Amino acid sequence: MKFTLSWLKDHLDTTANVDEIATKLTAIGLEVESLEDPAKNLSAFIVGHVLQADKHPNADRLKLCKVATGTETLQVVCGAPNARAGLKVVLARPGDVIPESGEKLKKGAIRGVESQGMMCSSRELKLGDDHDGIIELPDSAVVGAPVTSALKLDPVIEINLTPNRVDALGVRGVARDLAAAGLGKLKTMKDAAVAGTFPASRQIAMGVPSDQAHKCPQFVGRTIKGVKNGPSPAWLQDRLKAIGLRPVSALVDITQYLTIDLGRPLHAFDDAKLRGDVGPRLAKTGETLAALNGKTYTLDSEMVVIADEAGAQGIGGVMGGEPTSVSDVTTTIFLESALFDTSNIAATGRKLEINSDARYCFERGVDAASAVSGTEIATRMIIDVCGGEASQLVIGGAAPKPASAISFDPARVAKLGGVNVPEAEMKSIFERLGFTVSATATPWQITPPSWRSDVSVWQDLVEEVLRIHGYDNIAAVPMPRPAMPKPALNAKQRQVGLVRRALASRGLNETVTWSFLAKAHADLFANKAVTVPLANPISADLDVLRPSIVPNLIAGAGRNAARGLSDVGLFEIGPRFEGFKPGEQTLLAAGIRTGHTTARHWAGTRRAVDAMDAKADAIAVLETAGVSASGIQTSVGPENGTPDWLHPGRSGTLKQGNQVLAWFGEMHPRVLTALDVKGPVVAFEVALERIPEAKKKTGTAQPLLKASPYQPVERDFAFVVDGDVSAEAILRAVKNAERELITNIGLFDVYEGPNVGAGKKSVAITVTLQSKDATLADEQIEAVAKKIVGAVEKATGAQLRA
Amino acid sequence: MTTEHMNEIDQLRAEVLAAVNAASDMAALENVRVEALGKKGRVTGLMKNLGGMDPEARKTAGQALNTLKSEIETAIGARRTSLEAAALDAKLAHEKMDVTLPVRPEAKGSLHPIGQTMDEMAAIFGAMGFTVAEGPDVEDDFHNFTALNFPPGHPAREMHDTFFLPPAPDGNRYLLRTHTSPVQIRTMMGAKPPIRVIIPGRTYRCDYDMTHTPMFHQVEGLVIDTVTHMGHLKGCVQEFVRTFFGVDDLTVRFRPSYFPFTEPSAEMDIGCLRAGGELKIGNFGDWLEILGCGMVHPNVLKSCGLDPEVYQGFAFGMGVERLAMLKYGIPDLRTFFESDLRWLRHYGFAALDVPSLTGGLNR
Repeated sequence: MKFTLSWLKDHLDTTANVDEIATKLTAIGLEVESLEDPAKNLSAFIVGHVLQADKHPNADRLKLCKVATGTETLQVVCGAPNARAGLKVVLARPGDVIPESGEKLKKGAIRGVESQGMMCSSRELKLGDDHDGIIELPDSAVVGAPVTSALKLDPVIEINLTPNRVDALGVRGVARDLAAAGLGKLKTMKDAAVAGTFPASRQIAMGVPSDQAHKCPQFVGRTIKGVKNGPSPAWLQDRLKAIGLRPVSALVDITQYLTIDLGRPLHAFDDAKLRGDVGPRLAKTGETLAALNGKTYTLDSEMVVIADEAGAQGIGGVMGGEPTSVSDVTTTIFLESALFDTSNIAATGRKLEINSDARYCFERGVDAASAVSGTEIATRMIIDVCGGEASQLVIGGAAPKPASAISFDPARVAKLGGVNVPEAEMKSIFERLGFTVSATATPWQITPPSWRSDVSVWQDLVEEVLRIHGYDNIAAVPMPRPAMPKPALNAKQRQVGLVRRALASRGLNETVTWSFLAKAHADLFANKAVTVPLANPISADLDVLRPSIVPNLIAGAGRNAARGLSDVGLFEIGPRFEGFKPGEQTLLAAGIRTGHTTARHWAGTRRAVDAMDAKADAIAVLETAGVSASGIQTSVGPENGTPDWLHPGRSGTLKQGNQVLAWFGEMHPRVLTALDVKGPVVAFEVALERIPEAKKKTGTAQPLLKASPYQPVERDFAFVVDGDVSAEAILRAVKNAERELITNIGLFDVYEGPNVGAGKKSVAITVTLQSKDATLADEQIEAVAKKIVGAVEKATGAQLRA
Repeated sequence: MTTEHMNEIDQLRAEVLAAVNAASDMAALENVRVEALGKKGRVTGLMKNLGGMDPEARKTAGQALNTLKSEIETAIGARRTSLEAAALDAKLAHEKMDVTLPVRPEAKGSLHPIGQTMDEMAAIFGAMGFTVAEGPDVEDDFHNFTALNFPPGHPAREMHDTFFLPPAPDGNRYLLRTHTSPVQIRTMMGAKPPIRVIIPGRTYRCDYDMTHTPMFHQVEGLVIDTVTHMGHLKGCVQEFVRTFFGVDDLTVRFRPSYFPFTEPSAEMDIGCLRAGGELKIGNFGDWLEILGCGMVHPNVLKSCGLDPEVYQGFAFGMGVERLAMLKYGIPDLRTFFESDLRWLRHYGFAALDVPSLTGGLNR
């Protein structure tokens, strides 16, 4: 909310300057968002006196003036139509910075005549929009004195009001808080009742059903006749303009003013346009209302309207209606001041998308005792400005019961707040804020004032004490801490951290992408499962939760390719989403590689990326996460969990037992085409949460290393098998053939061609044998070799290559 | 042995040693060896003559010849070594490569600043006895709002710009968490105090402009026991920002604020300088808002089955991207999520750059 310094001082008797006030506001929780003090820009400007104003010899529209500064007389060329002899003006001299342009004024010649200064308009000084002429200072202004002494300069303060501070919705509440914080004295409010001289023109009809009566518990009305509406007085217009509001007419301006001044919205109907009794009721579904903002709204039965016999005439607590609004010819008004339910106002405002000052106040909470007093203050002001005569009040319903007392143990301030405040000071703070304190026994009984609906528990009271006493007075205390803290990360979190660093050390660049993407892209990666849409996406291309991280990585690679970087390796660790409920998500480590393994190079080490690169990344993730490489099987096909967005012939999964831990491969060309990205692109995803926890060890020691001292022996075998026999089948057969002596198996050649016949391939493996007990004898080696050949033949139909 | 014999041996020695030294390559040296020590060699010939001598003369001559043989062998060995060295030098003189060539390329990976910043935070809070807690991205209304004391219809709910999911098969309507605070609730409902956790994670709000992205990251802290008060809160977050930014005497300022889930609530500012479009962290008189915090609201404790007359503690929350931007001088929030390799390499971190209190948190 915005207000000016002079407005604040209507309620606060203080000697503090605007900077002190701003600092204190922030310190007590009314954070100053901006402070515009026009005087700061104008310290150099002085009052000038136009002695003479003649026509410019070379220009019809310009004038040549002689302006007294008190010490000398300057020649000033001026284009303002109101420049005339005898006028007191704001004079800028060479070197002064003009606020509007931010530039220093220079002595210069205008149409051949020297100008030694400038007489300023409101706009040039950033004091307003007026640029039709120069500012006319009062005759009493002292020539040569700083203009800040002659201008009514009113700093504008804007505070960022947190939703709880219902008490500071009005300028008076802000003043009260400042006074409580020791920055002056709150002035007494003139809210004496205006005696009504005749019965109100209509009665109040409380039409909200009793089970929803909380939506509008009280409705106060009054007729004022004989008013004369027209432009409001200058001081009122100035204040509204200063905070960015547009003056409309005296009656409207007064209700606008009181909304800001007291946080008490009111509404004035043109009484001649109302029919019969007036009051709140629920809107009928589909009922329409032409509102004051020129728009017509369709209402529903949750909303409260202010209605007469003819129909809805205002949206209660949100906005009045156009047909019954006041105009220049209005002579009798019906003034309304009511109470509404915060959440119902919030819901109504949200549904209708109306952001009015009234809504702003009512959805936070208006002083529950202000419906009557607000009417009296408004009546007084209307009669002062517009004349007229007030009726007696008509009141429907009643203000809610005042809040009950809160038990408060003053020791809580130190226990929760960590600061010692003397009890007398606490009591004084509460009383300055308008609370009623009974401190005769502990706990104290403290009753919040009607304007503090945000205070309901003793913790709220602690905050009031701390806030006014000053948060700065809370001393920082180091956290008591364990002598040697336990690790912050659990085993799983540590594993994820290691995986991140492992992937980065493999040359991949970590990225972070949205958890959502376009439905069209999500569908490509759904792998026949449902995708999870957002009900209110921020845009059409971010409307579905991601079923995989890969599409986002490919999109990222595509953007890099557009910038000329086509060899890309990206990875991300994050969730993919499988369902609509909490927990239906899986943490994945995902990565892609595109283009070539490296840039072009003299050593010729460059090659296109292929599925084996993705497999290597996935295995590295699994091994980093503690899965032993020997326990991982590679499987292919959808029956083993390979997603359909991968190339059907160049992809697979990595399993441990029956559990699919990872999938990898070359991207399906159909998917790349749909994403408009050029291949080759290979990808992997590892489901980190599926990796079984390492078995709990009893200590930190590793199992004892049993390194054999005996000579290892290598034997090579070349098998000819059918082309579709997998390498894994051969390797598994070798491994299972001899569990004791084989220490390593390598696969060093795959050959397909005329030498092995059509549909066949030769697979060459090397096997390392080593005994823990003795050097292997030739017969032992021969026996193992026979077992190996036999096992591979049996498992795969292989022939030992001649 | 006669003098004549001795002279003959001396002469042979001189001739052979001269030939050894004159041999210019291995073949010539071998010739010299064969001529002297081969089956038909001159030394061998003299050896053969020993048989015809009387025992006394044979002994003397034999000794002399053996000495000669061994001298020649030593000389040949020495010559061979020196010829081999020369041959290697000559060979190496032709073995050249241009070592100024660029090395074979190796892809250099990098870590994203978000993860690195979270690691830094975990290192600092870990030293204060915090552990890391996590929770789901999709949440229900209870954990995200109601249990955190956001009553239905409260304006603060609206300020969260929540992403909603369509009604789930169970009829409930879930949402993307708007803050990491629901994990506070899950933590308090799942464990008995004392509690000290930090909660890093993805958060979502339906907002997208220069300074807002629909997804961002928060790190939240929660301490619950029976004695922790607002002075501890101040001490904790003050120590954090000083360590995180590496400014030992960084001033902090607490301002009263409002969050539904804390009471009293505060916003913390740190000292800074804004000049020439740049922002510097330090004690320069200006203030920068850095995090929100407060004492956990009694209604939140009650929602989690904790008695607010017994238990108390604090919570704080901060934006990870914002802190990373301030610390590492990253100007634009949106660039965090663009996967631009140039950005990832420039603002990213090396794989082995593990933040720790022992190794330091500032690069």
